[in-house]
Parts: sequence; structure tokens; C-alpha cells
Amino acid sequence: MSMPFYVAPEQMMKDRADFARKGIARGRALVAVRYADGIVIVAENASETLRKVSEIYDRIAFAGVGKYNEFDQLRVAGVRAADLKGFQYSRDDVDARSLANSYAQMLGTIFTHEMKPMEVEILVAEVGLEPSGDQMFHILYDGTVVDERDYAAIGGDAEAINARLADTWTDGLDRAAAIALGRTALGGPEREIPDDDLEVADLARTNGRRCFHRLTKDDLGT
Amino acid sequence: MPIFSTSDDPGSNFPELLRRVGLGPDPMVGASTDVMRELSLPHATTCVALTYADGVVMAGDRRATSGNLISHRTMEKVVEADRYSGVAIAGAAGAAMEMIRLFQLQLEHYEKVEGTALSLEGKANQLSMMVRGNLQAAMMGMVVVPIFGGYDLRRECGRLWDYDATGGRYEERDYVATGSGSLHAGTVIKVGFRPDMSRDDAVNLAARALWEAADADSATGGPDVLRGIYPVVATIDAGGWSRLDDVDLASRYEAIVAEVRSR
Repeated sequence: MSMPFYVAPEQMMKDRADFARKGIARGRALVAVRYADGIVIVAENASETLRKVSEIYDRIAFAGVGKYNEFDQLRVAGVRAADLKGFQYSRDDVDARSLANSYAQMLGTIFTHEMKPMEVEILVAEVGLEPSGDQMFHILYDGTVVDERDYAAIGGDAEAINARLADTWTDGLDRAAAIALGRTALGGPEREIPDDDLEVADLARTNGRRCFHRLTKDDLGT
Repeated sequence: MPIFSTSDDPGSNFPELLRRVGLGPDPMVGASTDVMRELSLPHATTCVALTYADGVVMAGDRRATSGNLISHRTMEKVVEADRYSGVAIAGAAGAAMEMIRLFQLQLEHYEKVEGTALSLEGKANQLSMMVRGNLQAAMMGMVVVPIFGGYDLRRECGRLWDYDATGGRYEERDYVATGSGSLHAGTVIKVGFRPDMSRDDAVNLAARALWEAADADSATGGPDVLRGIYPVVATIDAGGWSRLDDVDLASRYEAIVAEVRSR
């Protein structure tokens, strides 16, 4: 009988976290920025068809970075959970906080129980009826949830991007300014991201029942 | 949070997802035609739809009846299914409303999961399956017969379908009427229909059809000036679903009243 090698739990967790972080750092980042009428999500994404940002429910959007098949699986699970809850209770009962908690539970379980952790970081954003009701939850590969208020950056180089957002973000921006701010924060001082590499979606209070709206190149107006 | 293995993933099918998580429809144990009759459930009545130059008009009265009694005066039998389609329902009100709700959810669920909306034909097919799923209830008297209409973005025209209780799906070229007042409403449209009408003319014709149905069929409600309740009339064209407001409808019905009085 072969004896498995003993690995200290600290070491095991560290190895898994390093593995996940390495996978996430390889991908391009995205930012969410709160503005007067809602939240814009700006992602650096060369693909026109494989989306990083998508609609979950009337007021809720999802954004993911890392391994596409893994965060897409999470996206579909979120759409299902939200639609089921809305069907069973009411549309008003679907909220980002409970969705973020479910994601956290799932990612946490996978991190400790499965062969390999998910190499993803996700963001769940909800636009409130009033600006004070806007919420963003940043969920890490191990199930850690971080509650963000005005802006969030996830993915490779997120720390530097966050620092740039902290310097430039102000309250009451309009949509175009919020997109421009997100774009400069993503690119940094040396790099201007071309329109073709940008995926932008908007979660606006003014959009009616379904607040989520994808912006085309023409909408960017640059 | 529902997670499925790749081999038994329900995909973008919302009714199937409901069944998987145990929220599917209950089998109607112990229900019989006699029991259903005794319950005297509310029934929704007359709806019409017709095509015009840019799309389709859908209209329905607001009354629901239980036997000889009026059970609701403000029912909405014509509803937006999604941005480019609408559904009008006559028949057992409870089952009909649930079917509409599930249908709306299915279209939205598909759009979100797949990242693209179903084609108009796909939506019509989906509704057909839902009507067929109601067959057991239909045989006990809870018949639901919808009309489905919408703007086909690929063919760039308005299209209409009607259904029978078994889910049979029939595309109509010009117009369709359903429910207890459909004979009268349908005749009015048949006589007044012209291909490629303007939106305004098509709306007036639909309003007139419901007026005549209400005049001759006790289960169809006419415009209720006292309570300010008017039929639901909506058009669907390249710009999507748009419902006419009550002020607009009030003036259209005033014109009809004036015309009838002046005869």
C-alpha cells in the first residue's frame, strides 16, 4: 500500500491560492464604476462574442475574469438562481447580496473540496432605485466576499488599477465620464486601449425594468 | 445555486429547470370535468390581432367572467411577451395567466443564458409546447387558447399565430380572433381588413371589433367610461412593443360612439 505524503493544511491552501491567482493574473482586468444613473462595467476583452459582462436579472449584472468556461458556468448558475427565485417569490425579492453569498458558498466549497480551485474572480453589481442603493460585490476564487462601494477592479494588475481609480473617481459622474475613467484606469498612463478591445455594459436606473444594456462601439462615441 | 453535470444540464429551458428543482406543475390528481365546472373559475374572453404595414396590432377586452357573473373588470389579456412579441389569451384565466408568466420568463431566461434572443418562429413554437402541456387541464374544461404575434427581425415583417387546445400552431396571414366574442370581432375585422393598413387604421379597426363583440356578447367588456377602463391595445413593429394609453383609446371610442349615434 502506498502512503500519501503528508502536506500541511497551510501549505495546501497556499498552493491552491497561488495556482488560482496565477491563472487570474494571466487574464485582462475589468472595472466597475458607479456614476449618477447607475454603474458602468468596462472590460478589456479582445473578443466580440465571448462576453465577460452580462445580465443576471432586472437590476443585477455579472462580470468575470479568469478562465472563461469557469466564470461562464457561474454566470449561468446565477441566471438560473435569480430566475427561479423571481418565479417562486417575486421579482423584487431577487437581490445581489444573496446571489453574492451563494457564489461565495459555491467558490469556497470548490476551493477546499475539489481537485483544483476555480481560476476566476467575479463581480456582482446591483443598481438601486436610488444612488444610495447601488451595490457591488467582489468575490474571490476562494469564496472571500468584498463589498465595494464606488468602484471595483478585478483581474490581473487589479491593485494598480484600483489605486488609479481611487485617485480619479468622484461622485456624480455622467456615463461618458465614468467610461473614460474606467478606460484610463485599465490602460494605465502608458497605454490607450482601442475601442475594439473594449467591452462596455451599463446598468442604469433609467433603462426601465431591465436595467442592463450593452454599449456598442458607436455608443462609446470616441 | 443550481449546478448540473454537463450530461444532464437543462440548458436554456426554464420549464425543464423548474421540474429539475421540484417547482414543476402539479399533476391534477382528483380533478374532473364535473369538479371544474362546479368551481366556476373565471374565464377571459375576446382578443383579436391583425397585421398592418409595419407590424401587428393586438387587442383584448378587460372582462373576466365566472358563469353569468363578471369576476374582473381590469384583466390584462394582451401582454408583452418580450420586446418584439406579445401574447393574447382567452380561456381559463388562472391557467392562462400562469402560462403567460412562464412564457415571458422562458423568453427572458433563454435570452440571458444564450446571450441572444429566440427567433420569432422559435418563440411561437415554444408557446405551442406550453399549450400542449396544458392538455390535461384543457380536457377538464380549462382550455387556454392564445394568439401570438410579433415583429420578425429577420424577415422584417409582423407575423401572427393562433393555436388550438392541443398545441396546434397555425400561422395567419391577415388577422385572427379568439374567445367568446371572436365570431363578432372576427367578422368586423374580416370586413374592414385591407392589406398594408396604416397603424392608425389598424388600431381603429381592432377597437371597433372589440366594440361590436361587447355589443353582442355578454362575456366581452366594452369601454367602461364610468370607471375609465379601456381595452388593451398594443402594436409591435421594428421599434418593439408599444401600448396605447387610455387617453388615446378614449378619444377613439368617442369617435366610434359619435359615428354610431349619427346613423
